[in-house]
Amino acid sequence: MYQALALKLTIVFVGLVMAAFIYVAARAGRRREYAEVQSRAYRIRGYWFWLLVLLGTPVMLYTMTSLPYSSAAQQAGQAQTVRVTGHQWYWSLSQDSVAAGRPVVFEVTSADVNHGMGIYDENMRLVAQTQAMPDYINRLAYTFKQPGDYRLLCLEYCGVAHHNMSAVLHVTAAGVH
Amino acid sequence: MTQDENAVIEVPAAANFYQILTIHGAGMVGAIALASVAVQWFFLNKYLDLSARVFVANLGLFLIGVVAILASVFLGGFAGGWTFLYPLPAHSMGIWGRGAAALFMGGLLVIGTGFLLLYLDIGRALLARYGSLWRSLGVPQLLGSTQSAPPAAVIAGTMVLIVNTLGIVAGAAILVMSLVNLYDPAFRIDPLLAKNMIYFFGHVFINATIYMAITAVYEILPVYTGRPWKSSRVFIAGWVASTVMVIIVYPHHLLMDFAMPEWAEVVGQVISYTSGLPVLVVTSYGALTIVHRSGIRWDLASGLLFLSAFGWAAGVIPAIIDATIVVNQQMHNTLWVPGHFHFYLLIGVVSMVFGFMSYLARGGRAPAPTRGGMLDGVAFWGFVLGSLGFVAMFLYSGSHSVPRRFAVHLAQWEPYDRIASLFAAVVVLAVAVFLLRFFRNLRNAVRAEA
Repeated sequence: MYQALALKLTIVFVGLVMAAFIYVAARAGRRREYAEVQSRAYRIRGYWFWLLVLLGTPVMLYTMTSLPYSSAAQQAGQAQTVRVTGHQWYWSLSQDSVAAGRPVVFEVTSADVNHGMGIYDENMRLVAQTQAMPDYINRLAYTFKQPGDYRLLCLEYCGVAHHNMSAVLHVTAAGVH
Repeated sequence: MTQDENAVIEVPAAANFYQILTIHGAGMVGAIALASVAVQWFFLNKYLDLSARVFVANLGLFLIGVVAILASVFLGGFAGGWTFLYPLPAHSMGIWGRGAAALFMGGLLVIGTGFLLLYLDIGRALLARYGSLWRSLGVPQLLGSTQSAPPAAVIAGTMVLIVNTLGIVAGAAILVMSLVNLYDPAFRIDPLLAKNMIYFFGHVFINATIYMAITAVYEILPVYTGRPWKSSRVFIAGWVASTVMVIIVYPHHLLMDFAMPEWAEVVGQVISYTSGLPVLVVTSYGALTIVHRSGIRWDLASGLLFLSAFGWAAGVIPAIIDATIVVNQQMHNTLWVPGHFHFYLLIGVVSMVFGFMSYLARGGRAPAPTRGGMLDGVAFWGFVLGSLGFVAMFLYSGSHSVPRRFAVHLAQWEPYDRIASLFAAVVVLAVAVFLLRFFRNLRNAVRAEA
């Protein structure tokens, strides 16, 4: 799950930025010549720039090795297919049951306005999503690891009963379906 | 309350929530844009021959637009969100009428026209003073010219002029297209094109508020520290890079639109990462440098401006994380998103604006003749802690998959909402003190002048 990692990274990096600001604020009272401060600060800025580049570039490149956009096409043939259509304010599914352990390709569209199909597990953790748009079909591939009842919620505001848009997808144990 | 129980909630009650959501989205962005452009105009007017009439015309058009939007929401029941995402304005399921949708979008169009007029006037004044936007952006100095570079406020003003003119024109185009669609449904718009235009406009417009209000940091911290904020080559490089990056980074709002070209989504992630560099290495780092060992005297103005540099720098961190495509697939349109944008808008831009107001109300002098007293200190720290707690609860909720823009939450999510509400109440109290101080200082300044 990326959510927990995102929160931890945010706490660490925001904490570091906060520490830098507190450090400077606490020492701001005693004046020194600006030329002296600038010279040191510019030297550190060079290190700071390269630290960010060296830290950010590998993360950026690595995270782009598993983009979700073409995985549906790669899974074609061996995947279970569920056609999902968003309506104000309900989902219609071509089938409401799939097997765990095998890829599922969701072909997602909308009959009216923009919706967002978010798949929540039984602990109400968002595991994957894609937008549901009129005139377009977004193909999302996802392999359920655990059987259970998953919920489809709408994640794009679609009108005043947006929060009520919910459907259940039954995921059965591998081989049972 | 479970989702199943939600099903019996009366639609009118939820409609009220979504009306308020619509007003909040359009209203906060509009209000902070108006405040930010006033900050920018105030300082640009030191260097350029700007037209006060055009400034007043923008204010007038803004007020007309606000009246139209308030009427569309509270009289017409419009609850289509600030995003007016095509074709939702025309598909209300009977909740609001065509007139209400037209009034909302027409109001936005009038407001955008006012801002465009103001930018055109700034562009005229920049060309009159510097001859070209290339020069007022400081590009010759970046390329090695030894002539003195334009002031930081002028460089920032040029960048905002370029990006926000493009943003507003795109916004106006999709607003007009949507208005035509309202009255002639046979005139259809490609929904993906509409989404691109709306998010390009929204992204650029809200980012421009930061780039306008940051002028207060560039202009006021030097007054407090007695140190100049110079337009160095690194500074200019940061602003030139930001000019390009703000324009091309917007696909990070569309990462879950799988129909988008994959290269555009990759650009969205890559440029989101690089966009953090000018903030973290140039502006916020510059604020740290100018304040470090400066002997600065802290008061409400200097404290809020220093805080704003922190808010902007820290807020980009969860934003960059969210712009990572694989993360976005589990965070998009959860409360993580308002978590990061409230971080750099509330602790960043709102602090810039109130810091500027505090400075302005004392007649633009620094440091304050007398200390602000305990009330200022309590309000400042209340604002810091309240804002941090508020955005932290957004981010925490987002990390627990709580969706944004939901009128009703599951029972397990409600404690987060309640805690966030307490922090929000602290922010409101702190801001009330800021306003009280502002009006009192303003009254004293007027009396002293009289």
